[in-house]
Amino acid sequence: MSFSQTANSAARKVPAWPLYPILLLPGLWLFWSVLQSPGPNPVETLEHGLGEYALKLLVLGLLVTPLRDLVGVNLIKYRRAIGLMAFFYVCAHLLVYLVLDNQFWWDALVKDITKRPYIIVGVLAFVILIPLAITSNNRAIRKLGPKRWRLIHYGAYLAVILGAAHFVMLKRTWQTEPLVYLAIALVLVAYRVPKLIR
Amino acid sequence: MGRFKTALKYSDITPKADFLNRRQLMAGAAGVSLAGGLAGGLATPAVAAMNAAKSKWSTTQEPTAYEDVISYNNFYEFGTGKGDPAQHAHALTTDPWSVEIGGLVNNPGNYALEDILKDMTLEERIYRFRCVEAWAMVVPWVGFQLSDLIAKADPQGNAKYVAFETLMRPEEMHGQKNGSFPWPYVEGLRMDEAMHPLTLMATGLYDEPLPNQNGAPLRLVVPWKYGFKSIKSIVKITLTETEPPATWNLINAREYGFYSNVNPNVSHPRWSQASHRVIGSGLFASKEPTEMFNGYGDAVAGLYDGMDLSKNF
Repeated sequence: MSFSQTANSAARKVPAWPLYPILLLPGLWLFWSVLQSPGPNPVETLEHGLGEYALKLLVLGLLVTPLRDLVGVNLIKYRRAIGLMAFFYVCAHLLVYLVLDNQFWWDALVKDITKRPYIIVGVLAFVILIPLAITSNNRAIRKLGPKRWRLIHYGAYLAVILGAAHFVMLKRTWQTEPLVYLAIALVLVAYRVPKLIR
Repeated sequence: MGRFKTALKYSDITPKADFLNRRQLMAGAAGVSLAGGLAGGLATPAVAAMNAAKSKWSTTQEPTAYEDVISYNNFYEFGTGKGDPAQHAHALTTDPWSVEIGGLVNNPGNYALEDILKDMTLEERIYRFRCVEAWAMVVPWVGFQLSDLIAKADPQGNAKYVAFETLMRPEEMHGQKNGSFPWPYVEGLRMDEAMHPLTLMATGLYDEPLPNQNGAPLRLVVPWKYGFKSIKSIVKITLTETEPPATWNLINAREYGFYSNVNPNVSHPRWSQASHRVIGSGLFASKEPTEMFNGYGDAVAGLYDGMDLSKNF
């Protein structure tokens, strides 16, 4: 049996639901470790850590299709859990920014959201992901029909690019790590372009 | 013997009583080391750093925990992450160390650090430190006034600026292998800024020699300016007639001006400077409002009379 056949038959047996608690673990671990040993700047540690988990999961979600096309491994049944947990981390990241970083300091927040390009880009990615999260259930797919549902979910392509750009823009110089995320995001989206045009 | 080494260790936070007690111990240890150093014909700068006098310029604010001061650093010569300098700066050799003093001075020369320090009075200066990235610390530096060193160099009448340069040694400072950054790091001050009594050349912190990640063995500290002006591991000081280049200004002039005075009213183009996070304040502390000139306005605002600080940011 080939690797892809083995993987696919395993995937048929392993349900998707345990992915939710499993993907929650790194966030819980991060929160716990920051409480245990806060270090010099725990707000930053938590904020940046959650943001990176969100970005990682967005990338992972976009890997499912090329993995099926190019390697023959079909993990589509896990994609919803990956996407929803990505959205969970985006929300947690935003919540830390609002509650712990800015402590609901509204006039500063309003200035940030209206004037700071990297904040605007981040908030935009969040807003784009909201309808995706709301329609990530079987009932929504049935109600919308596959065509309209897919159209909404193309938003993930924009969100992953904006998310990576948000990371690139908050650094003082062009730094390798955020640029690697951006490059991966662009490649994963570019992979879809021929299909989208057709 | 090499540099003075202590067997004493800081805990994560240093309670006041322990700190004072430790300071007495250090004074004793310094005496022992001084004797040993002289016997071996080597008086290290580290030894001198132990006898720092108190200063009226110090803030009464509680210093940031030693552990945080030495583990959360921007020193791109050792990497761009905050933890990178603490992890990699041990590779830097700081002894022997010399500083080339030149330009518009009557006493130019390449001076060994210990020769410079022989003539300088070391003081403890507890200063607020505000990074351009909107975080802040309080650091008990040990050092001497830059004005004393400049006076020794005997500036010529037409000297209007002071230029500084960091060591360039990629084999020890691995960040310097990154070719996208215009190494070596350079900075500059106007002459009156350099001669201001607040402007410090630091050789230590927390009554100990500077850890490498904090800019050993000699760094500038200008407490009313954003941290990046306070150039680390200095090997060259040049007095000039024209405004010298400054690294962050060279990289991005729109975001980093030559003056870079702490100013809550002038935002960095990508983030606000109105408030800052206090390092070591924990997960649930709120940010603090940033003060004009980092709270040193009474002492330094006069330097900028008649200047539009939103243009000369």
